[in-house]
Order: sequence, then C-alpha cells, then structure tokens
Amino acid sequence: MKEKSILEMRNITKTFPGVKALQGVDFTLCAGEIHALMGENGAGKSTLIKVLTGVYGKDGGEIYLKGIDGAVTIRSPQEAQKLGISTVYQEITLCPNLSVAENMYIGRGEGQLQNWKKMNRDADQILRSLDVPAQATQQLGSCSLAVQQMVAIARAVDMDCKVLILDEPTSSLDEQEVAKLFGLMRDLKARGVGIIFVTHFLDQVYEVCDKITVLRDGQLVGEYEIKDLPRVKLVSKMLGKELDDMSDIRSEEKEYEVKEGEVPVYEAEGLQSNSGIRPFNFYIKKGEVNGFTGLLGSGRSECVRAIFGADHVVSGSVKMKGKPVKITKPIDAMKNGIAYLPEDRKRDGIIGDLSVRDNIILALQVLKGFFKPFTRAEANKFADEYIKLLEIKTASADTPIKSLSGGNQQKVILARWLLTHPEYLILDEPTRGIDVGTKVDIQKLVLKLASEGMSVTFISSETDEMLRTCSRLVVMRDGKMVGELTGDQLTQSGIMNAIAGGEADE
Amino acid sequence: MSKKAENKEGFFRSLLRQQIFIPLAALLILAVFNLIMDPGFFRINLGPNSAGNMVLSGYLITILDYGSELAILAIGMTLVTAASGGQDISVGAAMAIAGSVVLRVLCGTNSRPDTLQAPIIVAFLISCVAAMLFGAFNGILVAYFKIQPMVATLILFTAGRSIAAWINNNELPIISDPVFGYFGNFIPGIPVPTPFFIAVACMIVIFLVLKFTNLGLYTQAVGINADSSRLNGLNPAFIKFITFVILGLCVAVAGFIKVSRLSSINYSVIAKDIEMDAILAVALGGNALGGGKFNMPASILGAYVIQFLTTTLYKFNVQSDALPAYKAVVVIILVVLSAPSVREYLGRIGKKYAGTRKEAA
Amino acid sequence: MKKRVLAAALALVMAGAMTMVPMSAKAEEGELIKVGIINNDPNESGYRTANDKDLQAMFNEENGYDASFAYSLKNDEQINAAQKFIQDDVDYLLLSAADTAGWDSVLQDAQDAGIHVILFDRTIDADESLYDASIVSDMAKEGETAVEWLKGQGLDEYKVIHIQGVMGSAAQQGRTGALTAAVEENDNWSLVTEQTAEWNAEKAQQIVQSVIDSGESFNVIYAENDDMAKGAVAALDKANISHGVGKDVIVMGFDCNKWALEELLAQNWNYDGQCNPFQASYINDIIQKLEAGEELEQKTIIMEEVGFDATTITQEDVDKYGI
Repeated sequence: MKEKSILEMRNITKTFPGVKALQGVDFTLCAGEIHALMGENGAGKSTLIKVLTGVYGKDGGEIYLKGIDGAVTIRSPQEAQKLGISTVYQEITLCPNLSVAENMYIGRGEGQLQNWKKMNRDADQILRSLDVPAQATQQLGSCSLAVQQMVAIARAVDMDCKVLILDEPTSSLDEQEVAKLFGLMRDLKARGVGIIFVTHFLDQVYEVCDKITVLRDGQLVGEYEIKDLPRVKLVSKMLGKELDDMSDIRSEEKEYEVKEGEVPVYEAEGLQSNSGIRPFNFYIKKGEVNGFTGLLGSGRSECVRAIFGADHVVSGSVKMKGKPVKITKPIDAMKNGIAYLPEDRKRDGIIGDLSVRDNIILALQVLKGFFKPFTRAEANKFADEYIKLLEIKTASADTPIKSLSGGNQQKVILARWLLTHPEYLILDEPTRGIDVGTKVDIQKLVLKLASEGMSVTFISSETDEMLRTCSRLVVMRDGKMVGELTGDQLTQSGIMNAIAGGEADE
Repeated sequence: MSKKAENKEGFFRSLLRQQIFIPLAALLILAVFNLIMDPGFFRINLGPNSAGNMVLSGYLITILDYGSELAILAIGMTLVTAASGGQDISVGAAMAIAGSVVLRVLCGTNSRPDTLQAPIIVAFLISCVAAMLFGAFNGILVAYFKIQPMVATLILFTAGRSIAAWINNNELPIISDPVFGYFGNFIPGIPVPTPFFIAVACMIVIFLVLKFTNLGLYTQAVGINADSSRLNGLNPAFIKFITFVILGLCVAVAGFIKVSRLSSINYSVIAKDIEMDAILAVALGGNALGGGKFNMPASILGAYVIQFLTTTLYKFNVQSDALPAYKAVVVIILVVLSAPSVREYLGRIGKKYAGTRKEAA
Repeated sequence: MKKRVLAAALALVMAGAMTMVPMSAKAEEGELIKVGIINNDPNESGYRTANDKDLQAMFNEENGYDASFAYSLKNDEQINAAQKFIQDDVDYLLLSAADTAGWDSVLQDAQDAGIHVILFDRTIDADESLYDASIVSDMAKEGETAVEWLKGQGLDEYKVIHIQGVMGSAAQQGRTGALTAAVEENDNWSLVTEQTAEWNAEKAQQIVQSVIDSGESFNVIYAENDDMAKGAVAALDKANISHGVGKDVIVMGFDCNKWALEELLAQNWNYDGQCNPFQASYINDIIQKLEAGEELEQKTIIMEEVGFDATTITQEDVDKYGI
C-alpha cells in the first residue's frame, strides 16, 4: 500500500448473469481527499460502491485498508461500518420520525439501553463541532433535506469513519444547501477523512474534488488529478470517445428533407413543468428528427415529459401546426397526434401482466374511446401486424409482456405508439439496455418514419446514435436549455463541448 | 407414453394454469365431500309452496338462491380489487343503507303501511342512487385522496349501519305487500328462486359491459401499472373511482334482494360480515388481491363456492357462530398457496414429479 | 414537537367532549331529581328501542326529572359514563350494564357519594349492597312459561327446531334452559337441530332452510326472539310448509314485537313470550319511595311477563304489549 492511501481496491471483478459489471477495476483513496467517481449509467460506479460496502460480494480482487495487514473481506454494510467505511445515500435512509440524536445512535450495535441525556449531549456536541444547524432533540423529519443529509454524515463521522461515501447527495438539494454540504465536506477533508463523491453534476466535481476516477462499461478508464483533466476531456472519457479520433460520422442515411419556412408541427413557448426544469422554447418541423442531449439528470427527459403533459405543466403555450392547443395531460397530447415512449420502460411503459396484444393496442384503444373496444379479430390483426413489422420475438400475442426480453418489450411499446400513427413521436432512450442489432433497427426505423413525414424527437445517452439520426440537437445542462447544435456543429466534439459547458465555452 | 395420453396431460396442465381452476377445484372437493357423506345433498324436488306455486327445492337450489347476493357483490368487488389493489369492507353496511332507503321510500313516514307509498321500481332506483353515492364517497377517498381502500372504507363500515337506522328514524318497517317479497323468494308460476334470476341478469350485464366497453382493459391496466396507464391517456384516479360507483350499484341490487327476503330489515345484522365473503369470493376466484388482472367468471363461481361451503356447514350442523373459523381455514389455504415462495416450491415439485415419470416411461 | 402539542390539544378536546355529553342534557336546577341513565345502544334491537323510548317518556322535566342519557354497548365506555355522572353529582344512577363484570369500584364510588344505584334489565356480578334495587326480567321463567304452553299443545311427538340467540347471553341461557330440560324429561320430545342464529333473521332462515333441504320432519320452531322466528317462517313459506294455528308447524318467538303479535293475531304464529322492556314505571316507583324515605321491600324486582297464544290474543293485547 502506498503511504498516504487509506483505501486501495485492486483488480476488482464482479459479474452478474450476462453482465460483466466490473472488470479488474482499481481504485485508490487517500486520507484528506475528495475523490469523484464518475461514469455514465451502467459504468459500474454503484457496483463498485456496493462491493466496497459489502452489499455485493466481489468475484475477484482485493481490498486493503490502512492499518490492517492483508486484504480485508467485507461481507455486510455492518462490517464495512466497523471497518470505518460509511455511506450516505441520495435518499435519506434514516428515520424521519425519530429525533436527530436517536438517528445518530440507532442501530450502532451497542445493544444496551441508551442513556438519553448523555446521548443528546454527545449528539449536540458533534453537531456543533461540524457546524450542522440541528438540535439533538429535534425530530429529524422537521429538518431540511440538506440538514438530514448532514446528520447522516455526522452519524458516520461519529462512528469513526475513515472512508465516507456520498452517493449522489446533492441531487435533491438547492444551491445554498449544496454550498453548506460542501463546507462540511471540506471540513471533514481537513480532519483527514477520505471522501468518495458520486455525482453527475460536473460543476460540483470541479468545485470540491481533488481527484477523479472515471469508469466506463465496468472498466477503469483512469485516475486523474482534477487540474489535469478539463471538463471536455472528462466528458469524452466518460462517453468513451477520445477527442483525437472523433471524426465526423454523420451518416449518409439521412434521406428526409425539411422544407424551409414551413409552420412547425409542434411549437412550445416558455413551457415549464413542476419537475425542476427552467421554462424552455422548442419546435419541431414535419419530417424532422431532432434530439435532446445532455448528461443524465440534465433535464432532457423532463423537457419531453412536459411536451407530452406527463408532468404537471405549470406555464407556457403550445401550438400544433400553428394552432394554439392546450396539453395538460397525456390524453391531450395523444389527441393532438403526439406519442411518447418513456425513458423508464418498466415503470412508465409496459403494463406487465397484460398480454403483448393488449399492450400494443392500449394507446389506440384509449384514443378510440371507452365504448368502442376493438373486436378480438381487430386486436389480433394489429398485434400480428406489428409483431411482424418490428420482428418482436414473443411466443404469441397472448404472452404477458413482462416475460419478454427488454428489447422486445421496447419494441412492443414502440408498436403501441406507431399504431396510433402519430405526427410527432417522442422517443426517450428507446435503445437503452437492448442489443446492438435492435438498436440499429430502431435507428433505421426512426429515419424511415421521418422520411415519410413523421416528426421525431430522439433522446439517447449515446451520442453517436444521436449523430446518426438527428439533424438538430437541443443541449441541456442542469435543467436549462443552453443551446442548439445544427449542421457542422453536429460532431462528437461539438456535442461534448456543449454538454460539458463551463470552461469548454471559453 | 402414447400420444393420446400426452395430449390429455397437456389439456390437464393447461387447465391447471387456468385461473378458473382454483374455484372449480374447490367446488369439486366440496361436491365430492358431500357425495360421500350424503348423496341426498344433490336431491332436487319440485313441489308446491305456500302460495300454491310449483317451486324447486333442495340444497343445490338453496345454494343458487342464497349465493346470489354474494355473486352480485363479487362482480363489483372484483372490479374494485383490480383497479385499486384493495377491497371495500363497507359493502355490508352499505347494503343496510340501500335496504333502508328502499323501505323508507316504500313506507313513507309510516313504518307499517297497508299500501306501498311508491312503486317498488322507484324505491329500487332511489336506493341505487343512494348506494352509488356512498360508493362514490369511498371512491373519492381512495382515488383522489389516495387513502388505502381498506382504511377509506372503514369509515362507512363503522358508520353505515347507524346511517341506515337513521334513514328510518330507528323504526323497523315491515312491508306487507306480497309483491315486494317476490324479489327475494319466488315469483308465482316460476319454480326457480328470483334472486338467482337477478344474479344472472347482473352477470349478463357485466358480461356485456366487459365485451362492449373497455372497462376490463382499463381497470386491469390501472391496477397493474397506474403510471404507465396515465401515459397512455387513461385517468387512473377516475377509473378507480368509477369501480367504486359500480360496486355501489351491485350493493344496491344485493341489498334489495336482502330486504325483500324478509320484507323488513334489522340494521345491525343485515348482511353482516358479507364483505368478508365477497372478498373471499374474489380471492377464491384466483384473482390477485393486490390488483391487476382479473377473471370475472372465476369470481362469480367463487361466490357460489362460498355459499356451497356455508350450506354444507349448515347441513352438518356446524354452529353458525363457528362458520367464520371454517372460512378462515379456506383463506389461509388460499393465501399460502398463492404466496410466491410456495408456488415456486410447488412448481419445483411438479417438475421433479414430471421428470421422474418421464424417466419411468 | 408539533405533533406532541397536537396530541395534547386533541386529548384536551376529547376530555372536554366527554364532560360535555352528560352535561348537555342538564336542565335548570330546581326540585328536579337528577338521574343519570346508562343504557345500551337503542339501535341494538326492537326491544332496546322500546326500552329507551319508555325511559325517555318517563324521565323528563314534566315528570320532575333532570335526566342525562349515555349509550354504549361497551362496558368500559359505560363505566366512564358512570364516573362522569358521579362527578356531576346525580341523585340516581340507572344502569343497564353491557357486561356483568367490572362494576365494583365505580359503584362503590357512587355509594360513597351518596348516589342511589338502580339496575334495570340486566344484572351484574357485584355485591348486593352496592345497589339499591334491580329490576329484571326472569328469562328462565320466560322459557318455562313458553315450554309449559308448548306442553299444553298435546302433540304426540315434539320435533323441535331450536334457534338460539347469541350464546352466553342471559336471554339465550334462560330461554334455552327450559326447553333443554323438557327435551330431556320427555321421551316424545326431540331436537331436530339446535343452532345459534345470533339473533339474526337471515341466519335463522338458512338454518331452517338447511333442515328443510335435508328432508327431516319437524313440527315446532322454538326461536329465542321474534327476528329469528321471522327468518324461520320465511324459510317455511318458501318450502310451502304450513305454520300457525292448526297447521303443520308451531312457531314460537319472544319479545312481543308489535309485528310479531300481529302475526299471532293472524294465526300465522302460535306463541310469543314477553320480555318486558317497560321498566320506567317500576324505576319511578322505587325512586318515589326512596324520595319519600320509605324502605324497599325487596332488592330484586322481577317484572310481570306474559306469554300470548294465537288463539286467545286480542287487538288490545297487541296495542298494549306490542313494542
């Protein structure tokens, strides 16, 4: 072990059925250091954390801790805690009904009755020393989320933690609360605690962190000093495209033709929902394919949800083909010819126990009306047609959708919306978690539909996919629409510069 | 193994997988039990009754007769369960209200009228409206205030019988007009008990509704995944709400039969504990009590199976205050059998068994 | 913290509400005799409704009483109400207890406060010294009267369907006792079935239906209240079994509901035993005696109760005894 490091993970491997979640990953944490762990979804961040905290057992590799000879085995979060490794999650895992002090001392394994007075006194002392604005006897639920998080951290500190893991701690905090949290983090750093900071907010990484470790597809990309890694480089490392070999791969597959001067199919002004995004303007023309880009959590999904009326729309005006319309709930959007394939297929897309057939006809059926159900024959015809068209692999139309593979489920949802023959189709991450062949199929289908005059919004975490399909990209950062890329700007580097923001703009 | 036998096994296995298998199996077990104990259980007689009509009688007729209210309730309860993932425990109290309204309208202010103060159909329709309003009350609590169905309906469960008593000023009206009794007994000239006809009518109505509207698809979609349903243009809250209103209608019909049986009402005991039987019918029909997919015929069959059980227990002179204990045994068996871990275990055993048989062949 | 304050406030309000109940009926002070009446819920049965009406009609200002009523089917709530009445310093505490046990200490408190306690309708397990008087129905005697009447019918064979009330209740025990004894004593008496229908007409109907379906013969229905007799008759009607005076099946009920007596008058039923709910006049007599400083001759007063035969009942009986 190196002298300064307090934690070293060597050659960690973890395999889930069908997925290599971690492949020989190394990670080193020094005392008094804030170390960012970065990577897009599925990169292996949370798996690494869970291996470290004993939630998952590892398949290979060693973990070394300062002061302990030889590799340690961590079988449970309790063991991790005993070894001085504590985790504070995004969602507070404490009990809001109990007092702050009770939360700090609950389940610490002492096993005997607490001396309440002493407990409160001790708690107050720690809170004061860390400058946490909370009283020991206060009910935890009455504190703000930020303070609750700080209490969770204080609890960890009091347990003599040497390694503190903060898993997306800032996603539900406002700017001032984030600043307070950062203050506390710096304080702990000064006391020699090593902090692993998992976040998707680039600005925050550059504000507090000393080092960055980047993971991608379960593999270690590298460990960098913050000052050696400019934002745009970080983004390229996360996405897996080195700036140097980023050639313009706009394909020649684009066949559609957008007529200039035409009234947009859909146009929104000052649209805002209650999901935390800023008001935005947006339009799409007939036969156009555009995209929303930005890192996870940048607000790209929230924008399209607002367009479809899936979130509660609080302000803004919308026109379809120049005519003002009101879209406040999904059925309004559907009646206006908008279709939306949601990002979270399992939560928002499939109706698990229903058959493939029912899942396909659902949206069109709802549009047709309560008193006009399709006959069995009609439903079968639709289902068979789209099962064939999209090559959905299912035993029969009667099979419950939940027993299909992810890619085929996605195709069923796609079939559902294509069946409604929308004028404007919104696809949010249609290719996530599905195999390469299907991905290409979906991309081709999007281009084909556009060439037939359908307007499509295509959102994907994979930039090359967007480049292949979109003629215009709206860039999102931290809930704001920050720019638009068209024509020559549509390159990997252009996208990365835009979504990274900050110094990249300079 | 011959091909024929294989086919047979295939048929049996597909039957096993059918939801309606559960109530059918329960029915079969009860029927066989009775056949062994006393074949006379299945005797049906045709004879004149006190009004001089030829009527059918026997245990089986009794089951069809007394199971009717339960079957009607099971229809509404199935829909509520499917859409809201919970059950309405206030149906017994709501039946007391519906019955009380019928008598109030028929009697006017006099609790022992010589002539009816209003046509029976008017009284029935008014009670339908009243019961649907109470159903709507439950529905609003569940769908819009997002209170758990059992908790929300606890309110009416507690207050309903007092409301029923209040509707008639605590009087216990009695209808002397024999026509009113037809609905709970026999219509002159027809040998089959009227409640059975009413239940069949309800079944036909719900069958037509399920065939010619999207009620089934919508309630199931909402029960399985409300978020997803909303994104498909459905209004989950309204659909949950409407199932409670439909249950209200079922309650009115069942309550009407109940008061007609005796031409009077006792607020504190009428339709007592029937909510548990109705929920049990849904469960016995193999429907998930957590909502989602449902099978209406299975629920209705489940209701008659429960009456079959009740009648059997009466036949064997089981103390009627011990009946709930026997039903509890059925519930325990059902719940245990439907638990995922048990199903998995049974599935493994089944496979093993099939494997050894194949080897033997 | 907020929640604790809320809880405290709620507790205060509840305490306030509890004191409000007995006080709300309080009238002006004067020569009025203050009585606190604790009864079961009038919705419980027709008997209880009649009982409550009778009490209400007697204990009001016109008759010189300042009366407060408290209703509950639960013993602990009744005890709470009694304590409130004691605090309110009533002159008389009238009690129809939901349960026989648990009354000793509160009645001791009443005695210490100089409050007269009069039990009505139901007895309790407490020392006789703790109350001044007890006005009750003799349920066993009701049963005996009914069974005596049945013996007098002179049937060759008695095949009885016995439909019982809620098991363990005083009425059930009293009315069952006499029948059980008769069946044991006489060789030509037998029970076709003996089942509790828990005072519930629907259950009684199903019980009788079950006997009919089984094909067993019977000629007497002994139902321990009118509701259950009504349910039984509904089953008989369905199966065309004639009942009433001179018919195949003798129908017996209890409680003398007005509608039941009307059935007797129409000779559809044969017998109905009274369970007298009209205790108010008895209580009034006792209070007047105590107020006049007289001694009570006996502690336990058993009310007169009669049984009606369908062949002799008159319209006057129906009007007078029907509840």
